[in-house]
Amino acid sequence: MSTTNSVVASGSVSGAPWGSDAHLQVVPPPPSLGALGAMVEPLHESAKMSAVGLRASFGAREILKGISIPLYEKHVTAIIGPSGCGKSTFIRCLNRMHEVVSGATSVGQVHLDGQDIFSMDPVRLRRRVGMVFQKPNPFPTMSIRDNVLAGLRLNGLKVAEPDALVERALRQVALWDEVKDGIHRSGLSLSGGQQQRLCIARTLAMEPEVILMDEPCSALDPIATARVEELIHELKKDYTIVIVTHNMQQAARVADYTAFFYMGELIEHDRTDVIFTRPAQQRTEDYITGRFG
Amino acid sequence: MNIRSHFTYRKAVDRIVRGLCLLAALLALVPLFSVLYYVTARGLGGISFEFFTELPTPVGEEHGGVANAITGTLTLVGLACLFGIPPGVLAGVYLSQFGHTRLGKIVRFSADVMSGVPSVTIGIFVYSLLVVRTKQFSAYAGGLALAVIMLPTVTRTTEELLKLVPEALREAALGLGVPQWRTTLSVMLRTAAPGVATGIMLAVARVAGETAPLLFTSFSNRFWPGGLDEPTASLPVQIYTYAVSPYEDWHSQAWAAALVLVALVLTLNVAARVLVRHRVR
Repeated sequence: MSTTNSVVASGSVSGAPWGSDAHLQVVPPPPSLGALGAMVEPLHESAKMSAVGLRASFGAREILKGISIPLYEKHVTAIIGPSGCGKSTFIRCLNRMHEVVSGATSVGQVHLDGQDIFSMDPVRLRRRVGMVFQKPNPFPTMSIRDNVLAGLRLNGLKVAEPDALVERALRQVALWDEVKDGIHRSGLSLSGGQQQRLCIARTLAMEPEVILMDEPCSALDPIATARVEELIHELKKDYTIVIVTHNMQQAARVADYTAFFYMGELIEHDRTDVIFTRPAQQRTEDYITGRFG
Repeated sequence: MNIRSHFTYRKAVDRIVRGLCLLAALLALVPLFSVLYYVTARGLGGISFEFFTELPTPVGEEHGGVANAITGTLTLVGLACLFGIPPGVLAGVYLSQFGHTRLGKIVRFSADVMSGVPSVTIGIFVYSLLVVRTKQFSAYAGGLALAVIMLPTVTRTTEELLKLVPEALREAALGLGVPQWRTTLSVMLRTAAPGVATGIMLAVARVAGETAPLLFTSFSNRFWPGGLDEPTASLPVQIYTYAVSPYEDWHSQAWAAALVLVALVLTLNVAARVLVRHRVR
């Protein structure tokens, strides 16, 4: 790539979030990080999290080459892009799971409610920014009930009314009616889709503020996928959600905002309907129309 | 060779190789079953109620038992577990986490070398370390020698089994904001527990039958030991003493004691398996 244009969505400040007057602005590469930080200030939503000039590497290989993006509160942001574009690495940076792998490093800033996450304790950060993984990964030695309580218990937190909490979390993911008679069975006895919803319930039990989902439906069949998508719709009333997906239809269905990543760079970020109907960048259009990727 | 004759040829080879495999498997079972059969056949005659409740008697006197050797073996194995399992498991955890570092490689290499050291050498090591200094054969020394023998097995088994736990579980726990140490102990080690327990049982089974290191450490005792700091009888040493003696009735006692030892190890093994299966499901 010869140029690295950053693209930000901008609309009139007073306009409604979904106002028709939003337009795109192509901004030339910024002279410094500071200027970039100023540019990505959200205009019509408050950003729960925002990345500023985020770079991430595995050893000498740079995966993210300076990502700046706001993630709006109580909205769903989808990250799309071809394999290896850095989508997963990006969201793994958001709760500092990236640095858990040996040889992985990151520079730049990520803010959560205006506070830099790299100055926070990672364990505390992860309690506020929960994560759902690609493959359902319930704890095999624990029952369904204990899986929901796992995060709290392993953190040594006293649960005042565990039964109520378990029921609430499982109801939130619409799993309660399916499992209420066998709450003490192993989490592995569930189907793949149920396991994934159990993992989401486990994350919700920690009462996070942001939920990161790394291709949560890629191991699920279409029916289970539909249920998880329905769930995402419900959850965005209370949570800020970032979802990585390979499936562009899924991004179109669940996301309010969509960001297109390509080769470690953010090519375009805008409202989902704009990205899918009139993207500003040729590469975005090529990707979503299936010309590559 | 046309395709048809090649087919019959291939079938024939398949049958021959399968036959050889079966033969090899049966051959491997022959020593196991002949030992079990022989020990049972020769030992069963010497088993009586007194054998489990009485102390050894002098030659020619009837109704002697090996009660002190049975409790002695249990004591020594118990002490070996106490001294050997915690450091072994923790070293295994360390290797699974930091095995790629310089120190990790040294620790792993040492463990591998240690598992090849003859047990009699370890007996002498503990003898000079503990027995010479305290001027006393003791259960402590015996337990320590057995623990040293167990250590490398426990360490390497723990490491290998922790490596088998899917990385996804570590990420799941870390993603929930669980601290690293808690993730390793409560999720990774917990998930690997059945395998680790099996590895520990194999190590216990091995040391329960060790004779050589005990000759220098816990020695032997014809009476009940007064405490853990006194010489302690054990089944392997008792078997050895009886077996090398010239007396016929001691020989039959040795067979009976061997049968008890085999049964003891088998019971420990089965019990551990059942326990683990019940707790971890």
